[in-house]
Order: sequence, then structure tokens, then C-alpha cells
Amino acid sequence: MALSRQDVAKVGLLARLALSSDDLDRMTGELSKIVGLVSQLEEIDTSAVAPLAHPLDTQNVFRDDVPAPSLTTAEALQSSPRHDGSCFLVPAVLGDSGAA
Amino acid sequence: MTTQPTAAEPFTTIIGLEVHVQLQTKTKLFCGCSTTFGAAPNTQVCPTCLGLPGSLPVMNRHAFDLAVRAALALDCTIAPFTKWDRKNYFYPDLPKGYQISQYDLPFSSDGRLEVIDPKGALWRDVRIIRVHLEEDAGKSMHDEAAGTADTRIDLNRAGTPLCEIVTQPDLRSPQESRAWLNELKLLLAYLGVSDCNMQEGSLRVDANVNLHIPLAGEGGADGRLAKTPIVEIKNMNSFRSVERALVYEAARQWEEWQATKAEMGNTPKQTRGWDDAAGVTRAQRHKEESSDYRYFPEPDLVPVTVSEADIAKARAAMGDPPTVLRKALAEKWRIPAYDADVLVNQGRDLVDYFEDLATRVGEGKVASNWMQQDVLRTLNERGGTIGEFPVRPEAVADIIGRVTKGDFDTSRGREIFAEVLASGRPVADVVASMGIAAVSDDDLVSLCKELLAANPKIVADVQGGKEQAAAGLIGQARKKNPNVNPGKFRQMCLDLIRGM
Repeated sequence: MALSRQDVAKVGLLARLALSSDDLDRMTGELSKIVGLVSQLEEIDTSAVAPLAHPLDTQNVFRDDVPAPSLTTAEALQSSPRHDGSCFLVPAVLGDSGAA
Repeated sequence: MTTQPTAAEPFTTIIGLEVHVQLQTKTKLFCGCSTTFGAAPNTQVCPTCLGLPGSLPVMNRHAFDLAVRAALALDCTIAPFTKWDRKNYFYPDLPKGYQISQYDLPFSSDGRLEVIDPKGALWRDVRIIRVHLEEDAGKSMHDEAAGTADTRIDLNRAGTPLCEIVTQPDLRSPQESRAWLNELKLLLAYLGVSDCNMQEGSLRVDANVNLHIPLAGEGGADGRLAKTPIVEIKNMNSFRSVERALVYEAARQWEEWQATKAEMGNTPKQTRGWDDAAGVTRAQRHKEESSDYRYFPEPDLVPVTVSEADIAKARAAMGDPPTVLRKALAEKWRIPAYDADVLVNQGRDLVDYFEDLATRVGEGKVASNWMQQDVLRTLNERGGTIGEFPVRPEAVADIIGRVTKGDFDTSRGREIFAEVLASGRPVADVVASMGIAAVSDDDLVSLCKELLAANPKIVADVQGGKEQAAAGLIGQARKKNPNVNPGKFRQMCLDLIRGM
């Protein structure tokens, strides 16, 4: 299975990677090889195999609804490149957010 | 509701809703951080909800149980096997770079919730496509005036459990959409699933809307429906906004269709934001490729199975939903459907107050009248909840008991109610201090005699068959003694006149 340059450009956009024209050429080749390797799996007949939701044969792992200590704000922010002591600071974003 | 196209509105409005409700848990969906609203930014966060490397989510049992309860109340089928998936997108309030949600195996599907109009007729039976359980994102705060200033991120909300409820496009007007949302909110509040507080973001609504326009052919209707492109409306922060936004959007689409004749299919789905102050929807910047979420199964969470026994247990713990309670209340206390509707729509605590009162009074309709005319009216004026209402059922029952006994009439009872409310003193004290003492029968007889002697014309009228003339005596009697029970006094006068 060969990937097109457009496929790779789209994947790059979704991953927020700025890919140059040279990058695109190189990665189109490399990614095609990887996908080709994996696509060998398509030769196996899986029509009688149920989709696997999880590799572990374990179910129903829960915790009780009991509060546990949180980090302090200072601890939470310490790895952030920019913060104002209470919030993380990021370049201005506009438009919609939240769970969709 | 008219939903057929008319001359004034030659189209049908087709509406589907997508509702996110925050589940009433103490902690987040996958970690033990508190979900309490209003804490200082980034004080309720830990490695799991910050998406730090090496952290692992563990499902909150109570969140799952509440979600199942919501789905059962919405008549959904609970899946025996469910799993979670990663929904991938980049946004600064989503620290992991993906939201843990449910894609192809949601825990429930195929439900319904009907909405009844205020006169008790079925307005609409709305089918639910699915209910699933997912986590919330954090909060982004932009200083729009500054334009280029930083965006501040608070992750307290990140990881909060949400139920996403998606309806079929079964609603046919902005008004019934609002009514349906009210019913949904009431249901979820009754079952303790969510407090549904829109101000605190516990309930959020997006609406999909388009128009179906019957096309007239050459020699009359050709039977084809033109369907305008579907628009998703966001940013509506109250049910009233939802109604207003839908009214606006239907009118906008009708105008646009007349100008462009653009139909669904020719145009991609558009997202528009509701501007409440301006009262308009505005096109939102299209997020490039944002629809490509590349879902895949969440490897950090194992699947959940639900047995028939689990479902039976969840059902047993559920309590009556409002639809059942309205009927039950009307039957048990022999009150009109309208009364039951008003009481139930105020919430579970008010129903408990009413039942306490009705039990003490032993008479549902009397208790209901006092609820509607006195308790609810003053509660609405004062604000606050029924739990905080200072006049408790025993005090109201005490006043009603004295009215029934004939100590004083209902209007005097109202004055006492108001005084008990204002002073916070016991009913007996208020009765005593207002100089309200039961008028003895002897006193009443002498008052009757005195007034009959002073009003020979009224006596003559009554004797001539005009019983209503006795009303003139009641006013005079109450001037002399405000505690006189008018009904009892009237009867006594009539008896005395007949005996003359």
C-alpha cells in the first residue's frame, strides 16, 4: 500500500508538524514502507475473529469516588515553560474549545 | 404545536440536540481530584488529569453508575460490553492531546424522552441515539480585548465526568426544544445524576438545525423537500438562549435559502456560535481537519461489562422519574394533574415538603392549594430553596388545622402564615399575639342578635328569600370582631332569622 504525498501532508497537519517539501518526500517513502510492512497482516483471514477491545483479558477495574490529594499549584505548573503562578500560559487561541 | 409548513412559515424546522451533563461525583472520572466548582485555578489537578507521562487513568465507579442511571431513565438499552476510545485533537486545554471518550461501543443507545405540553398533551417523543461517558477538557481564558495577549489555561475541570446525550433530529420547534431540555434537566436532577447548573457549566447544549422546505412544482407541489445545510449552534448558555438561537437560526436559514437555494450535500456542515448580547449566530472559524479525530481504543482502560443483575440493581436504586411521580402524586393525593405538574416541576425536595404537609393535613387538595398559593408564591418572591424555607410543613399544617376547626377563615390563616414567615415565631405565639382567639359560640350568637336587631331590612330580605343579603352582615361582624369565621357566622344568622 503506497501513501500519497497528500496523505503524509495531512498526517503532518493533524500532528501539528511543519513539514518542508523535502521532509514530505522523504517521509512519504519511509511511511509507505512501514505501512506496507504492517499491511502484510491483511493477508490473514480475520472474518471469524471478534475485534479486540483490549489485549488484557481483564474487565471492570474501578476506583471508589473518594477524593485524593491533588498537587499544589506550584507543583502543577513547575514543568510549564510559561505560567503566571496560577495558570498555564499559551499563545493566544481563539474559537471553540471544550469537549466536543 | 403547529409543525406543518404554513404560509407565514413555509418550512419545518428540524432540530437535534447534543447535551453534555456533568455527573454529580466528588472526584474526577479517572483520578481522585475534586470536582468542586469555583476553586482557584489549577488547585484540583494531579499527574493523571494533567496528562503527565507515566500516569494511568482508573475509572470512577460512581461516575459509571450515575451514567447508567441516566441512560436507564432515558429508556436506553445498556450494552453488556463497553470500552473507551481516544479522540485525538490538539488544543491547549486538552493536555494529553486526546480526550478519553466512547466511539463505536458506547455503554448505552436507543432511548427516548418525551415532552408534554403545559396542557398535558404529548408534544414530542424524542428518540435518543446514544448516551456515552467521557471526560471534560480544561478551561481556556482569553482576554479578547487585548487581542494578542496570552491564553490562560486552568485544568481543574480537565477529567471531570460527563454524559453526552445525543438525540435524533426529532424536535420541530425552538419552543419544544426548550421544553424538552427542561424535562431532561428535571429528570437528571431528580435522579441525582447531575445538578444541571448551566452557570457552572454542568449542562451544555449544542443544537443541530436545518429546514425542510416543500417545493412547489409547475402544476402544484412536486413532493420534493429541499433541505437546507445543517448548522451546529454552540455557545448557548441558558435554555432561553437555546430557544432564541434556534428562532434566529431558522429565520436566517430561510432567508439564506431564498437567496442561494443552497441545499444540504452541496455545502459542508457549518458551526455557528450564538452571540447572546447581539442575538445572532455567527459563523465560527472552521478548524482545519478537526473532524479527523483518529479514534482508537484506549489501551490504558480495560472494558466494562454490565450484567442483567447490575441493570436490575441500578433500576431499583433509581427512584421515580418525574413522569411517573406526576401520575402517582395526582392519584395518591387526589389532586388535579395541573397541581401535580407544578409540584413535581419544582424538584424532589418540594415534593417531599408537599407530601409531609399533605400527610399531616390528611387532605391532598387543601395541602396543594396552600403549596401553590402560599408556599410557592412566597418561595418564588424570597428566592432560595424549599429546604431553607423557614415555615416548615408542621407549621402550615397547624394553620390549616385551625382554619378547618373554624378558629378563623382562610384569609386570616394567610395573614398568620405571612407573620410566621416574617417573625419566625411558632404559630400558637403568632395567633395569640395577633389577638386571634377562637370566637366562642356564645359570643357569636350575641353578635348575631345584635346585628340582626340593627339591620331589619336585611332580615326582611332574607325572610323574603334573598339569602345572599346576609353577606351584608358579615362585613359588619368582621369590623366588630376580626376573628369571626364568616362561614359559621353566616350560617348562624340564617338559622336565627328562620327561627324568628
